[in-house]
Amino acid sequence: MTFIRAIGLTLLLLLGMLSPSNAAEADLRAIIAKFATASNFSAIEAVVRELAATGDTAVERPLGALAEGDLYVRKTDSQVFIGKEGGGSVELLDPLSGEKSGDAAKGEITKIKVNNTLRRAVRDALGTLTLGAKDPAARIAAADTMFKTPDATNIEPLDAAIASETVASVKALLEQARAASVLVSDRPEADKLAAIALIGARGDRDALSLLTSVEANSEGAVKDAATAAIANINSTLALWDAGQNIWYGISLGSVLLLAAIGLAITFGVMGVINMAHGEMVMLGAYTTFVVQEVIRNSFPGLFDWSLAIALPLAFLVAALVGLVIERGVIRFLYGRPLETLLATWGVSLILQQAVRTIFGPTNQEVGNPSWMSGSFDIGQLAVTWNRLWILVFSLGVFAVLLYVMKRTPWGLQMRAVTANRRMAASMGIRTPWVDALTFALGSGIAGIAGVALSQIDNVSPNLGRGYIIDSFMVVVFGGVGNLWGTLVGAFSLGIVNKFLEPYAGAVLGKIVVLVLIILFIQKRPRGLFALKGRSVEA
Amino acid sequence: MRGSFSTITKMFSAGVVTAGLLMSVPARAADDTIKVGILHSLSGTMAISETTLKDAMLMLIEEQNAKGGLLGKKLEAVVVDPASNWPLFAEKARELISKDKVAAVFGCWTSVSRKSVLPVFSELDNILFYPVQYEGEESERNVFYTGAAPNQQAIPAVDYLMSEDGGSVKRWVLEGTDYVYPRTTNKILEAYLKAKGVAAEDIMVNYTPFGFSDWQTEVSAIKKFGSAGKKTAVVSTVNGDANVPFYKELGNQGIKAEDIPVMAFSVGEEELAGLDTTPLVGHLAAWNYFQSIDTPENAKFIADWHKFIKNDKRTTNDPMEAHYVGFNMWVKAVEKAGTTDPDKVIDAVVGVSVPNLTGGYSTMMPNHHITKPVLIGEIQADGQFETVSQTPGLVMGDEWSDYLPDSKDLISDWRAPLSCGNFNVATGKCGGKGTN
Repeated sequence: MTFIRAIGLTLLLLLGMLSPSNAAEADLRAIIAKFATASNFSAIEAVVRELAATGDTAVERPLGALAEGDLYVRKTDSQVFIGKEGGGSVELLDPLSGEKSGDAAKGEITKIKVNNTLRRAVRDALGTLTLGAKDPAARIAAADTMFKTPDATNIEPLDAAIASETVASVKALLEQARAASVLVSDRPEADKLAAIALIGARGDRDALSLLTSVEANSEGAVKDAATAAIANINSTLALWDAGQNIWYGISLGSVLLLAAIGLAITFGVMGVINMAHGEMVMLGAYTTFVVQEVIRNSFPGLFDWSLAIALPLAFLVAALVGLVIERGVIRFLYGRPLETLLATWGVSLILQQAVRTIFGPTNQEVGNPSWMSGSFDIGQLAVTWNRLWILVFSLGVFAVLLYVMKRTPWGLQMRAVTANRRMAASMGIRTPWVDALTFALGSGIAGIAGVALSQIDNVSPNLGRGYIIDSFMVVVFGGVGNLWGTLVGAFSLGIVNKFLEPYAGAVLGKIVVLVLIILFIQKRPRGLFALKGRSVEA
Repeated sequence: MRGSFSTITKMFSAGVVTAGLLMSVPARAADDTIKVGILHSLSGTMAISETTLKDAMLMLIEEQNAKGGLLGKKLEAVVVDPASNWPLFAEKARELISKDKVAAVFGCWTSVSRKSVLPVFSELDNILFYPVQYEGEESERNVFYTGAAPNQQAIPAVDYLMSEDGGSVKRWVLEGTDYVYPRTTNKILEAYLKAKGVAAEDIMVNYTPFGFSDWQTEVSAIKKFGSAGKKTAVVSTVNGDANVPFYKELGNQGIKAEDIPVMAFSVGEEELAGLDTTPLVGHLAAWNYFQSIDTPENAKFIADWHKFIKNDKRTTNDPMEAHYVGFNMWVKAVEKAGTTDPDKVIDAVVGVSVPNLTGGYSTMMPNHHITKPVLIGEIQADGQFETVSQTPGLVMGDEWSDYLPDSKDLISDWRAPLSCGNFNVATGKCGGKGTN
């Protein structure tokens, strides 16, 4: 026993940790050892509670490891360790000090299983323990947990934490957590009313959730105050909901814009009914997958740059395939829309099946770089990073394309050929090459759209199928041959869709949008922004 | 091949070759083999799920041949591609039975494809083994259902969520793709929840189209529904491809499994292979098999699969186990009957018991459904499931749900003398054609 203590003491001194007394540490080890004999989830939960009840911050490490599923029991001597998997074996760490204390093969240890109830128990336990943590983020997380799981016994530690808190924003959260705990305690009514006022001012969904249960479980003045606060929060949230619908609509619009913008070139400018457009998007997404796969295997440090690397490659791959399709198939079919439609449909099937043969029919994993994961809040509106970046990206692509079309000689030639092919040819423009390059450009743009869409959708051979109808809808609605029309079309369809969805549901919403477009096309066959040129005369 | 960039440029040639291969594999006429039909889509939207099953069947047939075949003959697989096209399923089934003279067919995934081939199987009197969990409300003489009926998946899953271990859920979101399986399952679940005393305002049902990819509104509606002060869970019958964007959106909007767990019926190892599961740890799925099950049978199955498919990253999943069980049942029944004549085999299959991969025996019941254990698993960071709950014994598949008014009086028993798939115990009459 003294030997173990001596080791423990040395380790703690080495780490320079806030050392709990030796006796306390031995107690903790005794409790942790109970994990080895706990046979079911409720037994493990009891051990978690016992550990939390010690109030010792040293239990943070084993509890955290438990929640992550990293706590193991060695079969030979029932010792509990934190395991870090690496290669074929597992590195065993001491549960309290985190020091390495050996290796084990996977068969020699059993993992202590966790479920959601257990994870919640650990989170609650850690919540109280991390109130005094140095890192403000940990304190915020603690306050958040305690707000969601109010308990009368939390009031005292929260009072102490509030008194010593120096950061104003954290202090406000701690006070809200305290108010939540007051509401479930047997404190006097005046305290509770003050608490309701404080929580009502917070005004988010968590506050609403808490007040709803308070309203159901209390009576008299407290109930009335809760009802009033709920009504208040609801009316604010209704406004945020409208804002949220607009944001979702813009975000859907940006996806539609990305998917359709390449088609705005191939179909809009050139007048080719390109059914293989979706497959160009898919090729872009698969290029991203290949790039990420290479990075994962060879240069893991570059992962956050994977999308930037994939962009030019996706453009090149899709443009090249587009060029081959134009030279090999489409150029023989200009002026015969029905044959073009069928031929490009066939090409799309060939591309799909080719990808299926090479990469297999299952979804491929394309990871989100860290800067595209998670979300942040603006008021009550949760904005996810990946959607925000896709919006920025789609507008960027649009701007670049607009510049190419309006300000470069190549764009001028493209527009000249569109407006009047024979005149353009007489002026010395090599119209076949302009056709080929324009088609390649449209395909390349679709390819880089695929890079962005790989972040929010499946990367499977069917990826393109989901976007082809929507893309045509956007281009036709916006006005064939007009880039601005595509922009306006994409965003208006997105927003209308997202406003309909909460009321009509996704299925009916989509139908309504389709019907609206059909009616619109009846009225204005050339879409929002009609253009004069070859496509009109054809 | 993975990671090699030049492959992309080879696609054209590969694509052309593939297009040629798409024609169904011609069957060699030989009397010394027993032909087994495999009817799974190898192209189109369902190829993602069904191609794996075709490969699993080829592996099982190869193994059986290595063991000496069946009745002294070699088995021969006849693979056709119905291309995710429902009417084509019926055509290909007819081709398999009439032209190739197969002894039995293993195939179909979606309910609509199964419904489309049913008339063909009863007309030409052949056998279909159907390996996928489905909505029930059906029992056919020529079909053996080796996947789960609702009471072998959906009901135990909901029971788990209601239990203390599952978090004592009081409020329910039933989220599904808009087609027959989710709609029927949700109808059964809604009736079941109401029978358990859940109020109508605590149930939210929502459907999205196939391949839906923009989940922002739905996920935020779930968040909103979950903030009513009661423990909330989502029961998801979202199908196939739509799952990846759904889970991505859940992760990004910060819905954690501890707060609002999602219990899925159509998400297996294969679907998870397409995404980073770190933000999804703790979300649930109910199946009758997980790749992580620790039994010697399963270890062997996985090792064989990796060897056969030559890729040790490929996962195994529940429908594969169903084919494993179904194929072994068929083999055993043929041995018992001493012939591959479908009429005799149909009678012989009932009562056959074979080992499943979860360490027990599955038995074919007279209603043409099998007994299975029900497992609830939590998604882990490595894309596998960890079993957190398991039914104490095997559960017998109940084809006619007891929670739907139309079907609660119906039973099915294909043994003589009843021989009826929808016998009404209230009226004492067989509602359908019965024997044919």
